[in-house]
Amino acid sequence: MKNNKEPGMTLIVKTITRLTVGLILLYGIYIVLHGHISPGGGFAGGVIIALSFVHLMLAFGREVALRKLSQAAASILESLGAIMFLSIAVLGFLGGYFFLNFFLNKGRPFSLFSAGIIPLCNIAISLKVGAGLFAIFVAIVLFSRDSGIPPDDK
Amino acid sequence: MELHLLLLFMIFAAVAAVEIKDLLSSVIAVGAVGLGLSMVFLVLKAPDLAITQLVVEILCLIILIRATIKKDLPLIRDGRWFFNTASTLVFIAVFLFFAYFALKELPSFGYPIMRVAKEYIAQGLQKTGATNLVASIILDFRGYDTLGEATVLFTAVMGVLAIMRRVGRIK
Repeated sequence: MKNNKEPGMTLIVKTITRLTVGLILLYGIYIVLHGHISPGGGFAGGVIIALSFVHLMLAFGREVALRKLSQAAASILESLGAIMFLSIAVLGFLGGYFFLNFFLNKGRPFSLFSAGIIPLCNIAISLKVGAGLFAIFVAIVLFSRDSGIPPDDK
Repeated sequence: MELHLLLLFMIFAAVAAVEIKDLLSSVIAVGAVGLGLSMVFLVLKAPDLAITQLVVEILCLIILIRATIKKDLPLIRDGRWFFNTASTLVFIAVFLFFAYFALKELPSFGYPIMRVAKEYIAQGLQKTGATNLVASIILDFRGYDTLGEATVLFTAVMGVLAIMRRVGRIK
């Protein structure tokens, strides 16, 4: 890279990243929250959220991205998503069986607060997928950095 | 028509990914296969799958490029080529033989058997309240399958974090 003092890519990439990374994160949240109305859902939205952090890490280097979301926090968020999904499933036993949609009033169709447990499940899955894939990416980057291979843009 | 063009493009990209000597070009050809698959899903009117395929393909491409950009993996090309080619041809012949009998029993393309799915399509909206029918199937009617899929992903993340950990590694 050109300047060895500052980690990350060049100034052009950093400026464009500063403009776009918030929009990417917002689009991921939109895909998650509207998963029961329009195409999308928890898995795709979670991967988009993970991609926004990966984008930050590729452009600005390891330190900036890990200050926003460290690896331990990613692990905790992933486990939280898994427990949230499982507890929503177990709460179905209130009405009789596993994965019961236990809201009696399902709400108006095409509105944001409708469809019972499906938005909650989408949020849980997005937490799990996004934090999990970001943790995998961080682990691979840290591993290739520590194992003697010269870091390419860090 | 578009479907066949996209399939031809994917087949060419896959052959290129196998045959190219340079590793980075090969990874990019794999990415071309994935993007073609995403467009195939759009043509077949499955936008949920198209979004998921596109996004996962981008993440896999980033990880593969990061993993392969600095390494020269040795390619083994000598020895036992006759045995390899012969066994490949034999397995292709066996597969085609059984597929000839098995594929005749399947319903034709675009003509699904609607026994269970008929109920889902008819009653999905008033039973779950979700207008995206795919979400109502994978998170309500078939929530147990989604739980299994989430468990698979959780196990994969745990495995990667356990293998590539910093603490306690032997230098």
